[in-house]
Amino acid sequence: MNLDYLWGGFAIALTWQNLLIGLVGCFLGTLIGALPAIGPINGIALLLPIAYTMGLPPESTMILLAAVYCGAEYGGRISSILLNVPGDAGAVMTALDGYPLAKQGRAGEALAISGISSFVGGVIGAIGLALFAPILSSLAIGFGPAEYFVLMIFALATLGAMVGSQPVKTLMGCVLGLMLATVGLDATSGSYRFTFNEPELGDGIEFVVLVIGLFSISEALIILENQSAGVTMIRKLGRMMARLDDLRKCVAPTLRGSAIGFVIGVLPGTGASVASAISYTTEKRISDRDGTFGKGDVRGLAAPEAANNATACGAFVPMLTLGVPGSGTTAVMLGALMLYNIQPGPMLMSEHPEMVGGLVASLFIGNFFLLALNLPLVNLFARVLTIPNWLLVPGILVLSIVGVYSTNASSLSLYLMLAIGLMGWLLRKLGFDMAPIILGFVLGDVMEINMRNALAISGGDISIFFKSWISLVLWGLAVAVAVLPFLLGRRAKQRKERGLTLDAEAQP
Amino acid sequence: MTLNVTRAAAAALLAFVMANGTAMAEPAKPECLAGAKPGGGFDLTCRLAANSLLASKIIGAPMQVTYMEGGVGAVAYNHVIGKRGADGNLITAASSGSALLIAQGKFGQYDESAVRWLGALGADYGVLVVSAESPYKTLGELVTAYKATPADFAIGGGGAVGSQDWMKASLLAKAAKQDPKAMRYVALEGGGAVLTALEGGHIKVGSGDAAEMGQHHKAGKVRILAVMAPERLPGDLAQIPTAREQGIDIDWIVWRGYYMGKDVAAADYDWWVEGFKKLSATPEFLAERQARGLFEFNMFGQDFDAKVKADVARFKVLAKEAGL
Repeated sequence: MNLDYLWGGFAIALTWQNLLIGLVGCFLGTLIGALPAIGPINGIALLLPIAYTMGLPPESTMILLAAVYCGAEYGGRISSILLNVPGDAGAVMTALDGYPLAKQGRAGEALAISGISSFVGGVIGAIGLALFAPILSSLAIGFGPAEYFVLMIFALATLGAMVGSQPVKTLMGCVLGLMLATVGLDATSGSYRFTFNEPELGDGIEFVVLVIGLFSISEALIILENQSAGVTMIRKLGRMMARLDDLRKCVAPTLRGSAIGFVIGVLPGTGASVASAISYTTEKRISDRDGTFGKGDVRGLAAPEAANNATACGAFVPMLTLGVPGSGTTAVMLGALMLYNIQPGPMLMSEHPEMVGGLVASLFIGNFFLLALNLPLVNLFARVLTIPNWLLVPGILVLSIVGVYSTNASSLSLYLMLAIGLMGWLLRKLGFDMAPIILGFVLGDVMEINMRNALAISGGDISIFFKSWISLVLWGLAVAVAVLPFLLGRRAKQRKERGLTLDAEAQP
Repeated sequence: MTLNVTRAAAAALLAFVMANGTAMAEPAKPECLAGAKPGGGFDLTCRLAANSLLASKIIGAPMQVTYMEGGVGAVAYNHVIGKRGADGNLITAASSGSALLIAQGKFGQYDESAVRWLGALGADYGVLVVSAESPYKTLGELVTAYKATPADFAIGGGGAVGSQDWMKASLLAKAAKQDPKAMRYVALEGGGAVLTALEGGHIKVGSGDAAEMGQHHKAGKVRILAVMAPERLPGDLAQIPTAREQGIDIDWIVWRGYYMGKDVAAADYDWWVEGFKKLSATPEFLAERQARGLFEFNMFGQDFDAKVKADVARFKVLAKEAGL
C-alpha cells in the first residue's frame, strides 16, 4: 500500500496558507452547521464561487470545502442539543438524547461529549479513507438496488428497539413517515404521487422542511404553551466538561458509531441522515438495558454524533476513487473540480495525487482544529440557554423560517413547514415520539426505490434479494439484531437470578 | 490578490455606471437561475454563461447564480412565468430535458410558448454504455442479443421513466423491435449511480451522456458502444462510432440553453441574444465550454425558439409511441 500521496498531501495541507484556509473553513462550517436547515451543501455552494474568484488553487479550494463539510457535521449538534432544533440532516438523532440532557441542566457536558465523539468519528473516518479507500471502492460498487434494500431491512430490524413502551404509537409514527416519503415523482413509473398538480411538490417533501417543522416549530409551540401555563423551565448550565465516567461509557458506542457511519458514508446511495439513524437504533438495541435512551443517555448522544462525522469522511471514498459522489455535498465538490478544469473520474487519484493527498491530510488536521475550536466554545454556546423565552421562541422561529426559505426560496415550503410543525405539536401532545416519523421517512424512501429497482432488474423474482454475499451477510445481521437482545436479556436475567440464589445461599 | 479584487470591484462599478448611461440595456444585475441543486446540469449551464460572459467582458458586473430546486426545473419554470416574467436581468438554464418534460405536461399548466427562448451555448450527446467486461463490442451485437433475450437486459439510467435517459433506452428497445414499456428499466439517481451499477454488474446497459461517461470510458471502467450524435464527436471520443454509422437511427442531442420571461422588454431580449452571439466566438467562451466537457452547439434568438418548439412537438410523438 503506497501512502506517498498522503505524505505529499500533509506537506501541502501544512503550508500556512492552507492551514489558515482550513481554520476559516472549520469555523464557518461550524456556524453553517449550527444554523437550522442550512447544511453543508448550502455552505459549500455559497463559498465555492468566492473561493474560485479569489483565485485559490484547486487543492486549497478542496481543503476549504472539506473543512466546511466536516465543520458542519460538528456544528449541527449544537442547536440539536440546546434547542431541539437539528442543525442539519445528520444531527436529527443527536437531539433525541442531547436535548433531554440539556433539559436536565447538563448542556455543557452534552456538548463536550458530543464534541469528543465527533472528533473520534472524524479521525477514524479519515484513517479509514486514507488506508482503505481503494479496497472500499469495491464495496461501494457491490451495493446494487437489492443490497440497499436488504441494508434497509437491517435498519428496520434495529428499529425494533425504538418500539419501547408504546409500540402502537411508534409504529403509527413510522407509517406516517413512510407515507410522507411517497409524495413526489415516482421514478419507476414516471408519474407524480400526491402532488396535487403543484410543481413544488414534484420532488417530494424536503427532509429539512419535515425536520424543522417536526422539531423546531413544535418545540417553539411547546415552550410557549408551558410559558402561558406558568410552567417555567429552569435552565441550568451545569459543568462545562464531560465526566470521566460518561466518557468511559461512551468509548464503545463511539467506536461502533464511527464504524457504522464510515461504511454507510462509503455507499453512494445513503447519507448522514441514514448513518446517524442506523447507528442510533443499533446502539439502542445493543446498550439500552434500562430504557434510558431518549431520556438523556450519553451513549445515545455519542453514537450518532460519531457516525455523522465518520460519514462525511466515508463519502469521499467513492468521490476520490470512482469519481462518483458519495453524498449531495460531495456532488457539489465534484462540480467544483470541474470549475478548475479537473474532470472528476476514476483517474483522479493518479492524475492529481497532490489534490487528493492534500484533501485527505486536511481532514486529519481539520478534525484537530474542530476539537480545539469546539471544546473551549462549549461555554459560549451553552449560554444560548440563558436567553429568556420571549427572545428564544421568536429566535427559533426566525432561524427556522430563514433557514428553510434560503434553501428553497419557496413560500410553499414555509407553509408546509408550519403545517407539519402544527401536526408535530399535536402528535407530541398525544404522546407520540418524533423519531419514528423521521426514521420512517428516511429509510422508507431509500427502501422503496431500491426494492422496486431490484425487482425491475430481476423481472419480479424476489430471489435477487438473496443472491450476493453482501445481501446474505446483511440478512444475517438483521436476524441477529432482532433476536440477540432477547437472548442476551434472558441470559442476563438468569445470571441475576442465579446470583440472587447464590447470595441467598451464602447467607446463613 | 487584494489588488486584483479591488481592480475587479472598480471595473464592476465602472461598468455599472456605464451600463446605466447607455441606451442598449445591459443588465445591471445579471442573474442566472438554476432549477436544481448546486452541482448539477443546470448549475453547469449557468456557470458556463456566468464565467465566460464576465471573462470576455460582455457583462461588467458578475452574474449571480441562484438555485431553485424542484421537479427537474419545473419549479423554476413556473416561478419565472408567475413572478419574474418581465425581469430583463434574469436568464434561466434549460436543456432538452426541459422540452421533454414540457411535452409530457410535467411542467404544470404552462407550455413551451409561456417563456421566450433565448439561445443555446453547448450540447452533450446521449451514449449507451456497457461495463468494460461486457462481451458486447458494438451496438449491433447488443441489439441482436437484446432482441433474443430482452428479459436478460436490465437497462439503467439516471432519471425516472419518461426522462431523457429513459427515452434513449427506449430507442434501443425500439431498434430491437421490442416494446419500450416491457423494458427492464432501472431508474437510478444520476449518472454516478449508473456507473457504479454498471461496474458492480447490477445492470447490463447504461444510458447516459457523453461528457460524464467519457471520463470513465477513458479510464477503462466502462465501454461506450455508440454516441447518439449525427457525426463523431471530437477529442477523446473520436474513436467511438455513432449509432447511425452502426446502422441504427438513434440521435439524442442534449442541448444546454436559456430562457427569459415572456414580458421582457424587446431591447433587453435583443441585448442578450446579441451578447450570446458575441460570446460564442470569444476564446474565453471556447475554453470555458471545453472545461465543462460540452460540445459545440450555438443557436440563438428566433432559430433557437423554433428549435425548442420543434423539439417539444417531436417529443410529444416519441412519448406517445413509447406509451407514456
